[in-house]
Amino acid sequence: MKKDKLSLLRLIEESQQQDCSFQDFLLQYNAKELETTPEKLLAQMKAMLKVMRGSIDYGLTGVKSRSNLTGGDAKKLLAASGNERFVGILGEKAFDAVVYAMAVGECNAAMGRIVAAPTAGASGVLPGVFFSLAKHYNLSDDELAKGLVVAGTIGMVIGTRASLAGATGGCQAECGSAGAMAAGAAVSMLGGNAEQVGTAVAIVFKNILGLVCDPVAGLVEVPCIKRNGACALQALLAAELSLAGITSFINCDEAIDAMKEVGDLLPCALRETAGGGLALSPSALAWAKKYFAQGKE
Amino acid sequence: MNLIDVIGPVMIGPSSSHTAGAARLGLLAASILGSQPVKAELFLHGSFAETHKGHGTDLALIAGLMGWAPDDERIPESFEYAKNAGLDFCFQKIDLGTATHPNTVLFKLTANSGRECEIVGSSIGGGQVLVSEIDGFPVELSGRLPALITNHEDKPGIISVVSTLLANMSVNIATMRVFRTNKGGLASMVIECDNAIDSCVLNAIGSIPAIRSIRFVDKVL
Repeated sequence: MKKDKLSLLRLIEESQQQDCSFQDFLLQYNAKELETTPEKLLAQMKAMLKVMRGSIDYGLTGVKSRSNLTGGDAKKLLAASGNERFVGILGEKAFDAVVYAMAVGECNAAMGRIVAAPTAGASGVLPGVFFSLAKHYNLSDDELAKGLVVAGTIGMVIGTRASLAGATGGCQAECGSAGAMAAGAAVSMLGGNAEQVGTAVAIVFKNILGLVCDPVAGLVEVPCIKRNGACALQALLAAELSLAGITSFINCDEAIDAMKEVGDLLPCALRETAGGGLALSPSALAWAKKYFAQGKE
Repeated sequence: MNLIDVIGPVMIGPSSSHTAGAARLGLLAASILGSQPVKAELFLHGSFAETHKGHGTDLALIAGLMGWAPDDERIPESFEYAKNAGLDFCFQKIDLGTATHPNTVLFKLTANSGRECEIVGSSIGGGQVLVSEIDGFPVELSGRLPALITNHEDKPGIISVVSTLLANMSVNIATMRVFRTNKGGLASMVIECDNAIDSCVLNAIGSIPAIRSIRFVDKVL
């Protein structure tokens, strides 16, 4: 484990001095760090993608959580799109990303198999973005696997400069970080350059900064599942802006550091302890009371 | 932190600390006991006691005791499997005090041989775990590496004899911690190694006169 802080800006600069794409540079970089070959690392990433695909499929069967608080919404949303009276405010790419992200969130809540990337609570964001883009841009498994390397590297930078845990930094550190990772990967997979990857990361954090972790009854269900969908959308928005050539006044490292600063300022009640925010709303307290009474039987 | 830490692990949801970590604690506990238990009393403390049902902490703990990994898709049905396998288990709440990590479990396990063992372990975040007590003895065991745990008489030279023996058998020590109840009384060593340890090493250490007992605990991460 390296003790010095990783810097996304430095990785971007280093890649620009090499005669290869940002994703190939990061593939080499990580293979070296892990003492493996790029081929083996890509194979590992493809195995993770396969699990993610399985989580989407399981979530879309409409599973309910063990507490019976959530479940079935991803299936409902997908089914609604087949209805002739379906409004369809979102375009298909954004719509599919939300459906898939929520499906994985519901799979997770129902004790299905997921990839904790970056965490279990935020495990829907990457599959949502990746498999929507795969479908609509015909991305190959190799392209997706390289995208996952980009996402993971962004996550490493966030994890070393700030945190990926809701208990430490609030939801901005979990679903927010997942959104930043997905945004950078989306830019990379769709042909953006290294600098544009950094811009997308910065934009996501600027848009979600301050997001608190306030789960009802302490369970990874409300508001986590819909928030996975929301952060998948944030990722697509940031990627769209960045690919259009829009830049960010705040750079990616600064945005990540700001997320850490805000996380440190968050009271404990808003960091996964169910001691504030939505968790203390009357509906949440009433439900939690009934739920904990059951647990005492 | 590396790429595989961020993109992974594969696990059964919903929570790395309350589900994946719980399964690992069960795995470690069974490994410390030395076999799959036939009887298990589990005492849940803090957040484990409060939210174990919604997070499947109870299912994951039993799954771990059965030797299953945190990504085993049978975890939601672990109770039925355990009953069929003849594992008699029960859960109770316990208050281990405010100094104890909120995600903590006390296992009271019995093996088929009649051997009993009490283990206290905590899920410390991100699926990482720490066993802090075995049979009333303080230890620190993370399950990240294969480990040897001794109970020995606290007298000069024991540590050196054990480490020399390991060196002669080409076992590299990664970390080593020594704990004791009182000076000159009983002590314990937790030695984490880079590679698995075969039974001839265990027998050799076990035959040292001052060593009361030795056990091998495989990694669970």
